[in-house]
Amino acid sequence: MMFEFFTSQFGISLSMMVVIVLILLGVTAYCIYFERKIAAFIQDRYGPNRVGPWGLLQLAADGGKFVFKEDIIPRHVDKVLFLAAPGISMLVAFVGFAAIPWGGQWQVNNRVVEIQVANPDIGLLYILGVASMGVYGVVLAGWASNNKYSFYGAIRATAQMLSYEIPMGLCILVVVLTVGTVRLEGITAAQTGYWFGGILPQWTVFLHPLPCVILFITALAECNRAPFDLAEAEQELVGGFHTEYNALKFGMFFLGEYAHMITNSAIIAVLFLGGWHLPWFSWTQPEATHLWAVLAKVAVLCGKIAFLIFVMMWIRWTLPRLRFDQLMRVAWKALIPMTLSLVVLTTVLLYFDLHRTIWALVGNIVIIVVSMVIAGLLHTPVTGRAANLPTANNETPMTQVRASGVAN
Amino acid sequence: MIDDKDIMFVDEPDLTAAERFYLPQIVDGMKTTIRHFGKSLFGKPMTVQYPEEKRELRVENYRGVHRLNRDEKGRVACVACYMCETACPAHCIHIDAGESPWDDREKYPVKFDLDELRCIYCGMCEEACPVDAIELTPEYSLVGLTRDEMILDKEELLAIHDRTVDEKPRKNPRITGYPNTGNPAERAGSQKEGPKS
Repeated sequence: MMFEFFTSQFGISLSMMVVIVLILLGVTAYCIYFERKIAAFIQDRYGPNRVGPWGLLQLAADGGKFVFKEDIIPRHVDKVLFLAAPGISMLVAFVGFAAIPWGGQWQVNNRVVEIQVANPDIGLLYILGVASMGVYGVVLAGWASNNKYSFYGAIRATAQMLSYEIPMGLCILVVVLTVGTVRLEGITAAQTGYWFGGILPQWTVFLHPLPCVILFITALAECNRAPFDLAEAEQELVGGFHTEYNALKFGMFFLGEYAHMITNSAIIAVLFLGGWHLPWFSWTQPEATHLWAVLAKVAVLCGKIAFLIFVMMWIRWTLPRLRFDQLMRVAWKALIPMTLSLVVLTTVLLYFDLHRTIWALVGNIVIIVVSMVIAGLLHTPVTGRAANLPTANNETPMTQVRASGVAN
Repeated sequence: MIDDKDIMFVDEPDLTAAERFYLPQIVDGMKTTIRHFGKSLFGKPMTVQYPEEKRELRVENYRGVHRLNRDEKGRVACVACYMCETACPAHCIHIDAGESPWDDREKYPVKFDLDELRCIYCGMCEEACPVDAIELTPEYSLVGLTRDEMILDKEELLAIHDRTVDEKPRKNPRITGYPNTGNPAERAGSQKEGPKS
């Protein structure tokens, strides 16, 4: 009876919910540990290595510290919103996981169940909608803190998230046009074929490498990760939107950021990297529906997510933060024109029924080359400052300040 | 004044078309960081894990806690000339001179207090000392619970000498500490022989 219940779709969804929330809490915590380790290794340091073997219990120590710290609520804050903001920020990040297809289908008791909390027909739209709610946590935190620096952080975050949602949505539109469905399970299933007689899996990234990169960039911006972490730019804004937060509420913002990273990585993995599909292994094909295949598929998706998160951390410890005008320039002058032309390209290819052929890749390359040519020809420095640089005694300036910023 | 011909104007190189797309530059940077990542992951990071590992110090040069040297008879080598106290930019040395009970020198320090919290470890006292009585040792783990504790007196400074003298022998004893101190002619002769420990 119990087995019967837990192998029904409802039981699976219910247990998936519990398991995902519990596992995610642990995984987000360990993301922080790995972030610190990766940062340390990149900077030739050891990183946390005092608490437990290799510092693995550092998280328990940090978490304990967060829990037992005095929970200060400043007198001048809007109490309701101040308390709600960290919860919203974390909740929104977690709710997005409901539609992620973790392990395809499982055939049990002569039934086929989806290894997924919910498989709504509008899966991708649901995730998009939920993900864009993420800005509320930041904005409410900044507003409720009633503090200049927090408010600056919140304003920056709003402008940034709104700007980067446009290329993000357009990238997703490219995938939706190519695949022809917004159900995430369907998007995964559409990528399980092969090209060139089994050499190359039909992952969207091989058709559309450019939107994959752009989606990754916008995902960084949506998570407020470096180099787009202007909302919490420590050097300028103390702590940005979470200046007034401490103890567990600060910890929740932290967890929310990392949960957000995992959600966004999962979306990229499902949309572009084939979800749970790994070529040439029979267990990770859509036909395999036994328990081991399900577990293997879950592992494959987790591996892809872990890889993307590693790249996010790697980028964080490589690139300096963008200035705000550069940030806006990237979104409006580089990413949006490129994604718009990608959408046009995909629709045209769709009209001629060529959208899943080599022409999509060719179109991508053409767009990249054209953008490079435009970026190379428009020689105006993006700072806009070089022309106004003061020159000593009207002589040649000692250094010609060159463009620093992004392709425009 | 710098000559015009010595001035070199350096222009930043122009970015190529590919570089103006910025993604290649980002990839270049990421290559650097992943190289360091791999080096730390499979090799050994630069960090010295202090309580377990200790850096190898250059004992001769290291400027740690001070000590007051003893001469070969175990007496304090200082002749209370106040040179170190005068040279000290942080004013952390306080000497009370008294008449020496020994006949090879006139004065000796009755009190010799050194405030290790005021000290900036510049080593000027060591340079100023005409008899090489005050020296900086390779000891650096100096702790105390009160400010008073960190003012080292003569006995404590001599004790530091006793525990560091094996590691760092007294450098160049010129006047006090030689067998034939007191006779200027012989002193000049012994200076030619070079350092003795």
